[in-house]
Amino acid sequence: MPIRPILSSLRRHKLIVTLLALLVAFTCAIVCNVAFMIRQHVADMGVPSGVAESQLVMIESVNLKPGVNHIAQHRVDLAALRAIPGVTSAAAVDALPFNGNNWSTTASITPNGQNVAQLSVFNGTPGELQTLGLKLVAGRDFRADEYVPKHATANNGGLQHVPAVIVTRALAERLFPGKQALGRLIYPYSNGVRIVGIVNGLLQPGGGNGPDNNFSALFSMLPDGMSVTYVLRTSPHDRAQVLQLARKALLKVDPDRVLLHPQTFTQLRARHFSRTRTMIDLLLAAAFGLLFVAALGITGLANFWVQQRTRSIGIRRAVGATRGDILHYFQTENFLIVTGGVVLGVILAVGLNLLLMQHYEVPRLPLWYLVVGAVALWVLGQLAVLAPALRASHVPPVVAVRSA
Amino acid sequence: MFGYYLDLALRSLKRNKMLTALMVVTLGVGIGACITTMTVLKLLSGDPLPQKSARLFYPKINYHDAANSHGKASTPEPTMSYLDAMALLRAHKAKRQAAMAMTAVKVMPVKPGLRPFFTNVMMTTADFFDLFDAPFEYGSGWSSTEGAAGAPVVVIADYLNRKLFGGIDSVGRTLRMGSKDYRIIGVLRPWAPQPRFYALYLGGHSYGQGDAVFMPLETAVDVGLQPENELCFGQGDFSKLKTAPCRWLAVWVELASAGQAGTYRQFLSNYVQQQITAGRLHNKATALPNLMQFLTKAHVVPADAQIEAYVAFGFLLICVVNTVGLLLAKCLKRKREIGVRRALGASRRAIFAQFLTEAAIIGVAGGVLGLGLTFLGLWAVRQQPADYAKLAHLDLAMFVFTFVVALVASLIAGLLPAWRACVVAPAPQLKSI
Repeated sequence: MPIRPILSSLRRHKLIVTLLALLVAFTCAIVCNVAFMIRQHVADMGVPSGVAESQLVMIESVNLKPGVNHIAQHRVDLAALRAIPGVTSAAAVDALPFNGNNWSTTASITPNGQNVAQLSVFNGTPGELQTLGLKLVAGRDFRADEYVPKHATANNGGLQHVPAVIVTRALAERLFPGKQALGRLIYPYSNGVRIVGIVNGLLQPGGGNGPDNNFSALFSMLPDGMSVTYVLRTSPHDRAQVLQLARKALLKVDPDRVLLHPQTFTQLRARHFSRTRTMIDLLLAAAFGLLFVAALGITGLANFWVQQRTRSIGIRRAVGATRGDILHYFQTENFLIVTGGVVLGVILAVGLNLLLMQHYEVPRLPLWYLVVGAVALWVLGQLAVLAPALRASHVPPVVAVRSA
Repeated sequence: MFGYYLDLALRSLKRNKMLTALMVVTLGVGIGACITTMTVLKLLSGDPLPQKSARLFYPKINYHDAANSHGKASTPEPTMSYLDAMALLRAHKAKRQAAMAMTAVKVMPVKPGLRPFFTNVMMTTADFFDLFDAPFEYGSGWSSTEGAAGAPVVVIADYLNRKLFGGIDSVGRTLRMGSKDYRIIGVLRPWAPQPRFYALYLGGHSYGQGDAVFMPLETAVDVGLQPENELCFGQGDFSKLKTAPCRWLAVWVELASAGQAGTYRQFLSNYVQQQITAGRLHNKATALPNLMQFLTKAHVVPADAQIEAYVAFGFLLICVVNTVGLLLAKCLKRKREIGVRRALGASRRAIFAQFLTEAAIIGVAGGVLGLGLTFLGLWAVRQQPADYAKLAHLDLAMFVFTFVVALVASLIAGLLPAWRACVVAPAPQLKSI
């Protein structure tokens, strides 16, 4: 297909060509960036929590009676919960990934030294590691004699004399880069806390997709506040039933307590990401809407153009052009215009990305998004022009001799 | 003449129903998306207290060590310890000043059929209500002497009054919270600044219903209520809230004029300097943002909402470009009609007006559709779990704005085709007939 005659024809219709190219360019720029945002949100949603998500259920219990020994109460409650058929292990905890109960503290590696890391504190009864399904990559679980009360009512003062901590691999690497962290002391306050174990990963209660969001530490402190979360581990298909029974068992032990948020870990995660989920849906709708509008625009314009040039198509047919020639002419023409639009669109897409990077936490747009965007628009252009081009190819040569 | 253009435009639009529908629908969708996201943005970034936001300031001090004054640590923190908050209040350097923190309590209703429930309580000082222009339906707030004495009194919100007492004047009645009784001395009118700026760092929702109960800070501390957000930074006895090295109070001050901020800033840094000399504080960084600066800094508007608005505007842009293209194509097809009208005496201006009228009709139709889609969009927003979602309603200004946007968008889309139409020379068009 010779390109020169097409180009010279396009040059005579600068306005429509410019508009079509602009339509393609804007669509390309916006859709590339929107697609990238969708990808990031999807990545956010897939962040691993580090716990055995499909096997966990939880229920929050609030005990408002004054003068209760909460630690003793937890022991009684846990005994009742472990007796539920299907429960393989249970623990009372304060923080969990995604539950928002974030107690954050700074820690240094020398007494009263400079702070090296900001970490999230997790506390729980013995058996927490096993219940959550956290795998130790080094060291051991806490010994029974290492547990101290958290002293929740005295501003979590337990942290000032807790002896042992289990940290995540990411946190160990931040505290002691390139060195053995196991057995070392860290200092949330002036007292040293010994690292007795290292687990693979445990996401902070606030969630997040950055490396810092795995700076979590389990301390050998027993929750003793009026509110506590019981976590039960069971098989995935028993979860609903176990949750029901757990509710009943806890109310049987103490009918006066307030039970809140009985849910599976899967539900907790879904709730945490509900806004992200909607955002993905909205962006998807916007991206497809944009592509649809652009396709309609291309079809509409091509249609009018074919109508306008019926006579010249007739002449070309009369002097020997085949139907295929006419079809290919319009397809090539569309390809050229879309190519022009895509080139401009790629520049705009990168510009838009740079602009977003300045104001929001948006990383750089990977190049292959631009390639995929360009290919998508080429395909879209060809699909959109197909019907008008076919119509053009069916113009009979006799049109040429009719008076316009 | 306008009537004639209208008639011509309608005839032309009817001639090609599919195309007209296409232009109206795309414009409508673009406008609907824009106005929906704009309404949400406006809701989120509004001024919660327009009458005095320029005079409300939020003093911040820094509890980090001076040695750690790099990176994040050098910014002053958003809450204060009891000692510092009380020192600022007692100095009376501002026209009004209040310290506040949030806690949750269990309300024990006396009304039959109501079960005990949890509610948020603001523990604060006497100036709170005047400071934030919180209006009273019945009664009033507590005096500073009552507050300092730890009087067992509370002010409740209108919705709690309706729930517990059916909305009557409940001043003088008793409210049981936990195991203690409090005397109700005031009932507020509906009052819920959006966002709930004064408690952004204290816990609870940033948008939505206001706080249910307000009680004197001293009373709350004496009873042993614990603040929802409390961060401890040093060594010491954490069990005594008043002296613990923990920050948990927000302090707001109202100055007589915005110009006095400099004086107050000086006072604040003098105070911090004194405390450094005394060995209590170690970092001299302070800050005194006004209300709107505070909100900007707190990133109270979620980035998602802004990005949604950008995407919506991008959508509208594509729709407008699309409409320009389609109108232009239509106009090129009608060169002959234009030639005839010109030959019969229509001026260029008349042709221009005719084509703009056609574009405007599409705009208005797009606006009506856009408005419908906005209602649908806002309904969808209200179904979201976000705490501001329930507040998303179309207001009159946005309603008018919808039509202005629609009309302007369509006129912009119509300008180019109309100009092309009016420069058509009549003679060549007539020749070929």
